[in-house]
Formats: sequence, structure tokens, C-alpha cells
Amino acid sequence: MTDHDATPDLTGPDLSESYALSINGRDREVADAWLGESLLYVLRERLGLPGSKNACEQGECGSCSVMMDGLLVNSCCVLAADAVDADVRTVEGLAPDGTLTDVQQAFLDAGAVQCGFCIPGLIVSVHDLLDRAPQPDELEVREAISGNLCRCTGYGRILQAVQDVAAARTAADAQEDRP
Amino acid sequence: MTTTTCGPSSTAATGSAPAVTGSAPAVTGSAPVAPPGTRERTQRRVRDGLGTSADRPDGTPKVTGAFAFSSDLHDQRMLWGRTLRSPHAHARIVSIDTSAAAAMPGVVAVLLAEDVPGKATFGLEHTDQPVLARDVVRYEGEAVAIVAAEHPETALRAIRAIEVTYEPLPLLTDPAEAATTDPIHPDGNVFRTLPLRHGDVDATGDVVVEGTYEVGMQDQAFLGPESALALPSDDGGVELFISTQWLHVDRDQVAACLALPADQVHLTLGGVGGAFGAREDVSLQVHVCLLALATGRPVKMLYSRAESFLGHVHRHPARMRYRHHARRDGTLVKVEAEILLDGGAYASSSTAVLANAVCFAAGPYRVEAARIDGQVVRTNNPPCGAMRGFGVVQVCFAHEAQMDRLAAALDMDPVELRLHNALKPGDAIITGQRLTGTAPVREVIEAAMAHPLPPDPREDEPAIALPGGAGLTARREDVRRGTGIAVSIKNLMYSEGFDDYSTARVRLETSPDGEPFATVHSACAEVGQGFVTLAQQITRTALGIERVVLHAADTGVGSAGSTSASRQTWMSGGAVQLACDTVHHGLLERARGVLGVPDEPLVLEPGRVVDPATGAEVAIAQLLRAGPLEATEEHHHAPTSTLDADGQGDAHVSFAFAAHRATVDVDPDLGLVRVLQIATGQDVGRALNPRAVIGQIEGGIAQGVGLAVMEEILVEDGLVRNPSFTDYLIPTALDMPSVAATLIEQPEPGAPFGAKGVGEPPTISSTPAVVAAIRDATGKALTRVPVRAQDIAFGEAGAIPPTAGSTSAG
Repeated sequence: MTDHDATPDLTGPDLSESYALSINGRDREVADAWLGESLLYVLRERLGLPGSKNACEQGECGSCSVMMDGLLVNSCCVLAADAVDADVRTVEGLAPDGTLTDVQQAFLDAGAVQCGFCIPGLIVSVHDLLDRAPQPDELEVREAISGNLCRCTGYGRILQAVQDVAAARTAADAQEDRP
Repeated sequence: MTTTTCGPSSTAATGSAPAVTGSAPAVTGSAPVAPPGTRERTQRRVRDGLGTSADRPDGTPKVTGAFAFSSDLHDQRMLWGRTLRSPHAHARIVSIDTSAAAAMPGVVAVLLAEDVPGKATFGLEHTDQPVLARDVVRYEGEAVAIVAAEHPETALRAIRAIEVTYEPLPLLTDPAEAATTDPIHPDGNVFRTLPLRHGDVDATGDVVVEGTYEVGMQDQAFLGPESALALPSDDGGVELFISTQWLHVDRDQVAACLALPADQVHLTLGGVGGAFGAREDVSLQVHVCLLALATGRPVKMLYSRAESFLGHVHRHPARMRYRHHARRDGTLVKVEAEILLDGGAYASSSTAVLANAVCFAAGPYRVEAARIDGQVVRTNNPPCGAMRGFGVVQVCFAHEAQMDRLAAALDMDPVELRLHNALKPGDAIITGQRLTGTAPVREVIEAAMAHPLPPDPREDEPAIALPGGAGLTARREDVRRGTGIAVSIKNLMYSEGFDDYSTARVRLETSPDGEPFATVHSACAEVGQGFVTLAQQITRTALGIERVVLHAADTGVGSAGSTSASRQTWMSGGAVQLACDTVHHGLLERARGVLGVPDEPLVLEPGRVVDPATGAEVAIAQLLRAGPLEATEEHHHAPTSTLDADGQGDAHVSFAFAAHRATVDVDPDLGLVRVLQIATGQDVGRALNPRAVIGQIEGGIAQGVGLAVMEEILVEDGLVRNPSFTDYLIPTALDMPSVAATLIEQPEPGAPFGAKGVGEPPTISSTPAVVAAIRDATGKALTRVPVRAQDIAFGEAGAIPPTAGSTSAG
């Protein structure tokens, strides 16, 4: 809570830094920002990309998951100014407008969405998992998404969705491999 | 009766150790549900109507990130609001100096209690909580001042620059001392005392078991933090976009505190990131509107996670002393209980929570006599109020532990004992109220028990599947397995004479392409449960059209009541149905005119109205050329009565039942638990959207498992020690057991479509089932939840001998 012993900084944050980020393949200018702003804050409040969520803002819940140079990160724990030379991919960049990825569609079909606050982070996380491990067993899935808290679903339909995608991708691959 | 089974029907098949996911719900027998005696022919032909697993209308934006939660709202001119909170659990405010904060560049407003123009306090049932503390703070986190600034960091620095001098006051943190301690609030320290006397209260049984039980403070821990955007409106009022459970009760409290007429306070539901009871009370609603009016600019407020833990009510901690009397054959003779709930600093919904705890203190069992004494008190602990299960969670933990003790004392199978005493239709609960609806208690127990147990442990299991997980702490040879069962009863809707009606407006018109479509306007708060899907399903089925759009939930239509008490399917679903019926009636009237058959019974079919006698028909689109048809209807449930001086009365509308069987692996020396599987049977009336019902069941079980083994707000001297997801643990995907669920479908008389609410029961008896399973594995008494490692490793043994012949009523 409030730390009464700290000497208050009465100057306010210095809103003067400008830099560019690469978000979903596009260069985005960030003007007159405070260097203390997280990547999550800049995405949500400066760049109009609120898909990444802010459930804890301390790296515990995974709702702000984005890909940064191919690595899954909690964007709340990344300073935006540290992402200047990185390739950042958010949930908004997964599928072209008006379309859904197989993971997004599977979440809908399996009934994995209730309030939905955790869902964008989970979608990003599951894409990352299936890119790395196309046929995860159930414990692998559970471990991979254990950094993404969900309070509504008990994860059952989410696990179902992941398994459905893995099975569909495997079947599609088999189809392709057929002579 | 039909049953729908989902989940791992063959968990033994793969043996890939404990974690076996439920498969998609096997939706058998999902014929569309018809309201009694009407339009069956039409309904069967409408796509995505009642009884189907129709898709959520908000599903696609929720998976793409486009769905706007209240915390996503943004206005170019907006300021950021922030709250200064008390660091003390009880203190007098000596002075507040805001000069440094107000002088900071970028700070636009700093407001204190004297800046509240209207009513100084708010509250759901008793308005005893200050909007901003003036003289005294009564819990850690109580709001003292609010600021608005150009940047959230500026707002944070500004509240740190406010200098408050406190003089600490004596703490009242033990609820047992509240009634006899000097009042810490002008309204006193006792929110409610509720005695219940049923039958021959001096009766005794051949076998008597007793125990003392405790439930810790659980948090709803929704993921979407409290947030809102308030905009001053041109008429001097305010527009508020808010994540809440009940728009109209928020509206009334905001208007009173702002000294505005209700029609100048307009609320629209912002996307809600979960609720579970924590959004029933006002948190930042008044604050953010005050700031918007004071600054003349839009203001956004957003709680941090730590602030969220301090900024909403929690589940009441409980201390319960129980004594059960039974005959040698297991028949329950009498249940005695003393129930003490800690309501924390302010009333919230404490009085209603206590009523639930007392009314359902004996559980879903026939019992000839009961003597229950309940009390809920004020302390300097965090305020407590609504959370999923609402008073029943606490007593269910105790009465189910008692049933197991009784079974041990009688040397009787605990399932048999429950079946022997299970309520059935026509029986009375301990308030004297007869069960006039369905009561498939036996069926839910048998369904839970019928699921296959999880496969036996394997030697080559990965370490992550052992209790304690990847910490490599438990060894397979030390792990013991246990199973336990628990059963629950929960009231649906509000009780004790409360008329928690719901309103819905339905408008049927033609779109520019000539197709008819309906618009449903309801203030029902969609918090994730899926009312938006259900409202579409009801309308499609009732009006025989596929296109149904939802008006934003706002205060522009009458109240829908709260999204709580498992009530919205029944109440707002019923309101939508009534409004559809009126529109339907209007369509037939127009059709009689067009077809020239003033007295013929006509039939609505998809897209048209037909005269079955002649085969003549007219298109709905044609009937709508005369203009749209619109109806606004209120749905009231059957009236209930208050409880009399003995806690007797028909105080409840309807009841739902559930049984849970838990299987756990435990390392008894290290006190580590892994919950492997929950098998459940649940009384749902009718499953109007089977996929959504399964989601409610699995999600509710997760919260019940959390209370059993990990979730507790730790409060020391009134101070919350773990306000973060680092220290307040909720189940992750690795903690969550597999779920095997059977839906018991017995249509409830008087319920729209025969459907019962399904949200709360899964949370209630899953907790005692898990603890019973841990007792089974360890032999420990485990009289407190959440069960901690030390309770298992060092707790006292649970073999409690019967104290036959004990007669004292305590």
C-alpha cells in the first residue's frame, strides 16, 4: 500500500521521450512518453491495442502475453523503451481482420470463453506452445499454460481446445504427406 | 429424467496419469426446450434456439482481443483517477494535507470526504460505508482521498504526496469479541443475529458427533480489475461505463452520493472480466463520477491487483460449532450449530449471507429438529459480502464433515448415510419450507458416484504429476490416495421476501434487406456466464427468427436485478420470454387482421404466421410493415416470506442440488496435495445451453478446489498480507483436476423453461469433497479450509469417537 516513508516525487513523470516500436510488423511512433511505461501500457493506452490484458501487471497472470522476437513474454514486465529494436507480436496480429486462427476458432468451438479476460493471453501462449511442440501431451499443455491464470473456466474447455487444434493440425499434416 | 454425461468416461484407458481432461460434453438428448404447451413445431426448426450449444455473440471479439472490457475504455481527453487508502485497520484521521499533491504539475483534482455533495455513505443493504473516510478508518484499504491527473504515474505520485496523520485506535479483529466490544461504528458491531428453531429442539439421538470448523477468507479474484470510465454529461449529470453485477443498484447509490436525480446518472455495462460476487458492491463507482464532475473531463479509474484485493468484499470467514444427533440406523434426529461470520468493517450483504448460512446449515438432508444460532458481526478486518455460494459454502464444509464423522461413528458408508437422509420432493428443510419443486438429491449423489475413478498411479509418472508438482519434493512411494464425497443445497434467487424482478424489452422489426430481426434490451450484467447467448436463444425460439441483436446493457431499461444468486437464467431469461410472448401475441393479432380470421388460432412458424385450418399464411416481414412490434415486460418470481423469530418461513424461491466426489493424492509427511479428479452430478432443471452449463460446472469446481487447498486472504492485525497473485494462489492448469460431470435434468415447475441456475452449486460441495478425500488419505481431522501443509503434516488425527448420550444443547 501507500509508502508513507518514501519522499514523494512532486515533479511528476517526465513525458518527453519519443521512440518507435515494431508491432505486428508495423512501425509505430510513440511520442512524448514516460520512460517508465511498460510495453503493456504503451500497447493499450498509446497505440490503441488493448487486446493484451492487465489482470495483475506484475508478471503473475499471463493475460498480457505477447511475442517479442519470438519469445513469449509478459508485456507488463517489459519496459516499452526496451522493446525498441524488437519484433513485437500481439493478439491483434495473429490473424488478418475478419478471420480467426485455428486456435481462436477452437477456443470458440470448445466453449473455452466465458468472461474472456484471460483469453487473448492464452491464445498467444497456445500458439507459442503449438509452434514449439505440435503434439503436446496433456501434462505439457497444462504446464505450458500454467502461467496463464483463468478464473472462470477451470481450464477444461481450454485444454480441450488445445487438444482439438493439435489433432487437427496433425491430421492436416498427414493429409499433406500422403503421396 | 434425462442425463447428459461429459468428461472422461474412460479415464482408465490412457493412464497418462493424473491429469486427464474431460472431453467435450457429450450432448445427448438435446432436443430444443419448449415452454410448456406452446409452439413446439416452430421451435424445433429454429437454428441455435433453446437447448442447443449456441455460440456466444461475444465469443469472436473475445478471442481476437477486440472485445472492450471496462479497463479498455479510452477517451482522448481523459484523466486518470487514483485512490488513497488507509494503511491502518483502525485509526482516527487527525489531519489531511493535500496541498503538495494539489500543486503537482498534471494533477487536476484532489477530493476528500467534504467534497462529496450528497449522501456521505453507501451500501447494498445498509448504507454504512463512507464514500471517503472523514474522521475514522475501519479497515486497511478504506478510501481516504481521490485524485485525478493527466498520467497514471502522476496520479500515483499525487496520492503519495497527500499527508495524512493517523492516530491508531484499538483493533477489533476477533469476531468472537465483536458483540461485547465497544462499537467501532455508530451502527454497532452486530449486523444480524438469527436463531432457528425447528421441531423438537430437545430431541436427542442414539449417536452424537460434534466438531468445530473454520473457513478462511476467500477472494473472488476475478481477472479483470475494477475499472470504469466516467464522462460528465451536458445536463450536469454523468455517464458511467462500468464493470458491475447490477447496474441499477450502482446507479441509485451513485446518484444519492452525487446528489443527482437518478435520470442524470446513466450507466452502461463495460465489458466485465469476471465477478463471482465481488462486483455487487460499489467500489470505485462513486469516486470516478465525483472526479469527472469535479474536473469536467472524462476520468478513467483502474485498480492495480493489490488495490483490487483491498477494494472489494471477500467471502466471510466462518467459525462453526456443530453437533449432529442420529438414530442407530443413521436417521438424522437433530442438527445443532453455532455459526459466527466475520463481516469485516462494513455491512455489505452480510445479513443475507447469514440467512443462507442458517437456513442451509443442515445441508440437503431431512432432519426432524434443528437448533441453529447464527451471527454476523463487524470487525476491523476487510469487509466481506457476496461470493459464489453466498453463505452456503461455509456451512456445507461443516455439515459435510459432520456427516462423515457420523458415518464413522455409525460404522456406516458415508454415501449410504447421505442417501438414507437425502431430501426428496415434499420434504421440508429446517426452515419448515416444503420442497414443492424438484429435489433430485439421490440422483446427483448416484450420478457422482457412477463415474469411473481415475486410473491408479503409475511408477513412471513424471514428477510434475505428483503432489507438489515439479518441485521434485514428493516421492511416489510416499503418496497416498483418498476419495471423499459431499453434497449441497443452494437457494436460487433472492430470499426473505425480496422481489428481485427483472425487466426486458424486445423489439421486432425489419432490417433494410427485408428480413425480420429482434433487438433484446436488458440491463442484465453479462459477467462471463453467457446470458447474452441465452437471451438470443430464447428470442430465436420464441419468435421463430434467427437474427437477434442485443442492445447494450444499460440503465435505459428497467432493472434486471443482480447477476448473482444463480438467478439470471430464471429471472432475466424469464423477462425476455415474457416480452417475446407479448410481441408474439401482437404478431398473431396483426395476422388475424391480414388473413381476415378474427377468431382463428394461428401458429407462428419460422418467418411466417400460418392458419392451420386453411393453410393460409402471411410473412412476418409483411406484418411488420405496419411498424415494429415492441414490448417491455417485468418478470417476478413467486413471492417469498420473511423468516419468523424461530427462523421458520417459506423464505426461498427454489433450490438446486449437487454432489461431488473428489479423488486426491497426498504426501502425508510433506502435507502436499494433488487433486486428481472431481466427479459430479448436478441438478440443472434443464440445460438450455449444455456447453455453457459444463463451463459453469468446471469453473465453479475450480473455485471450490481453490478454497479447499490453497486460497486464503491472510489477515494479521487487520492487515492483508498477500494482496497479489504471487501470494494469493488460485488454481492454475496444473492444479486443476479433471472433471466428470453428469447433468440431472428434471424440469423445475414454475421456472422459465424448467431451468435452474447452475453457477453456484459446483463451488459449494466441491470444497468439502476434496477435504474429505484428504482425510481419507491421511486420517487427519482437517477442520479448517484451506487445508495447509502443516494441517496435514502435523494436524490432529480425525478418528473422532461418537459421544453417545450427550444431550446438552450447547
